[in-house]
Amino acid sequence: MTNGYLFAAYAATWIIHIAYLGTIVSRYSRMKREIAELKRPDVRS
Amino acid sequence: MKRVFPILSVLTAILLIYALYQALVVAPTEQTMGDVQRIFYYHVPSAWTAFILFFVNFGASILYLIKRRPAADMVALVSAEVGVVFLLVNLVTGPIWARPVWGIWWTWDWRLTSTLVTWLIYVSYLMLRRFSSGGQTPTLAAALAVLGALCIPFVYFSIWFFRTQHPQPVIGGDGSIDPRMMHALLINWLAFACFAFMVCWSRYRLEKLQRDVNQAHAMASLLAPHGSTR
Repeated sequence: MTNGYLFAAYAATWIIHIAYLGTIVSRYSRMKREIAELKRPDVRS
Repeated sequence: MKRVFPILSVLTAILLIYALYQALVVAPTEQTMGDVQRIFYYHVPSAWTAFILFFVNFGASILYLIKRRPAADMVALVSAEVGVVFLLVNLVTGPIWARPVWGIWWTWDWRLTSTLVTWLIYVSYLMLRRFSSGGQTPTLAAALAVLGALCIPFVYFSIWFFRTQHPQPVIGGDGSIDPRMMHALLINWLAFACFAFMVCWSRYRLEKLQRDVNQAHAMASLLAPHGSTR
């Protein structure tokens, strides 16, 4: 049973880190889209 | 520079796997608690890494208050955000360890409560950064960061000043630790510190990109004939 707690703690650690990395990747993709939008000629003119 | 990031990422991943091996296989099983004590190799390095990041946040905030450099403000923001994530790991793994060992998930003792309060201060710092749009936001956030940094020594020394359920510190405390356990702990700390550095690097690049895009949007709005570009 104590191994279940050990697994839960390690799993929780990596779930938190991966979720945070996911938010960084998602925000980065949004930025890339916004940059592409800004580079469109109709936006610049 | 473009090559350095992937190389360091791979090295960090290898170090994290090696640290996991040290924690689960090489480190000896603790006699009283058994295998659940291995949570220690994630719980403690997470807290140490978070506190280092909060000190970086403190230094960058002071630098911003003195010099008003945007880069210092970005470093402060990034270190606080990543520090909050690492301290969250500490706050989540703590109760999971406490339940089988103490028989309870949580107790309002000095160490646990002061850690939670510190985490909430840095969450409020991030909320201030996220939802306040005034020009004074970085200055107000830097002042809040100084307050947050004052909590960190209190969190660390709370187990010396007060009687708490939490054990004494590993370094500077009364108890001794098996050298193999100490080795596994330090390897895990090094791995977590490298991982935190890589995450901070990515987050800093994103923040810089975000500020550039915001600036470009502002410029596009100014240049647009009808006041709108989107």
